Amino acid sequence: MTDFTLWDIVRNLLLAGRWTVVLSLIAFAGGAAVGLVLTLLRMGGFKPIRWLIRLYVDVFQGTPLLMQLFLAYFGAAALGFDVSAWTAASLALTLFTSAFLCDIWRGCIEAVPSGQWQASRVLGLNYLQSMRHVILPQALRLAVPPTVGFSVQVIKGTALASVIGFVELTKAGTMLNNAAFAPFTIFALVALGYFILCYPLSRYARYLEKRLYGAGIR
Amino acid sequence: MTLDFSTLLPYSGVIIEGLVTTLWLTVVTTFAGIALAIVVAYVRDLESGIMSRLLGGYVEVVRNTPFIVQLFFLFFGLPALGIPISAPVAALVAMVLNLGAYTAEILRAGIDSTARGQHEAARALGLSRLQSYRHVVLVPAFSRVYPSLISQCIIVMLGSAVVSQISVFDLTYAANFIQSRNFRGFEVYLVVTLIYLLLAVGMRRSFELVGRRLFAFRQGGSA
Repeated sequence: MTDFTLWDIVRNLLLAGRWTVVLSLIAFAGGAAVGLVLTLLRMGGFKPIRWLIRLYVDVFQGTPLLMQLFLAYFGAAALGFDVSAWTAASLALTLFTSAFLCDIWRGCIEAVPSGQWQASRVLGLNYLQSMRHVILPQALRLAVPPTVGFSVQVIKGTALASVIGFVELTKAGTMLNNAAFAPFTIFALVALGYFILCYPLSRYARYLEKRLYGAGIR
Repeated sequence: MTLDFSTLLPYSGVIIEGLVTTLWLTVVTTFAGIALAIVVAYVRDLESGIMSRLLGGYVEVVRNTPFIVQLFFLFFGLPALGIPISAPVAALVAMVLNLGAYTAEILRAGIDSTARGQHEAARALGLSRLQSYRHVVLVPAFSRVYPSLISQCIIVMLGSAVVSQISVFDLTYAANFIQSRNFRGFEVYLVVTLIYLLLAVGMRRSFELVGRRLFAFRQGGSA
């Protein structure tokens, strides 16, 4: 049996950590794009669409992310698609992220006082113009802190991709542990890796939130 | 392909067994996690020494690392240190520590919004420190953050799916088990996902029902 030095373990974890970062970025970018479209559709007037999007959000928020990953992975295979762990993880995490962001952003848009809507409509702006020039800029300020805060959940969510065989930080940890058998050290280092990624974002989100409330908005 | 749910029927016992595990894990975690959170929030609110800092560190570590890593750390790491721990115990401890940290932070937000003066007024009226803390600080704080508390408990219930990875026979473990027998992964996961969804809806309803009784004093007030 080969001996693993601490540096071997750290080096391998760092290499795998890249994929945690890449998967987080894919999930966040994809989730933000889908989430934005869903939010705008949901704010529109068409009832059946609003109802469907609400159902979408409730289903993704009311079921385990692990199940969503299994469904994407095994479901696609059952439907005859040959998906890699990469595709399944990206897809599931994107949909998961989009549902949560859609919910967060809807709240932010609804938090803009309705008088702002009425005023811009009275001034002759149509729905899209009001949305773009009056509502969204105000909603955006409210949206930044919770969105940054949610990015922490996305990073932590990518750890579940390890279960379907995607080699990121957590999977690398279990693989290394099978070879080196130093679970305490290895999983402490894995946890440290996530902490280094997440803690600054958590702090930043809290700072933004304080600044926003300090500015007397809401 | 065609969906065939009939192959699931012989396994309904397995699903029920998994469901029971998920349910008891969730119920015990909810009570123990909230109790832990009250202690953590109390200490962090009233003391400012080393204990308070340690608890602050605990909250931050739990909130900024994935649950699955916390679980692996407890289940694989503790035995390596000579502390034997069974899979269900590791799962329960991880879930309680997780809910405790998040709830402590949620509670803190509720406590912060209670004016200091109210606590002092209650002390001046002759309530003991604990009485005043309970009635004037804690209960109003709970009623204020109750919606976030419900969501957090549901998140932990859904997150418990991960305990299947250290072979605790929960609902997700049951799904994996059936999938490995009848190779009908999609159908199994669809049904089990639906069960989780129903659990989440049921939990929210029950919490709301309990909340209406617990915080009846707020009705008609500035709720």
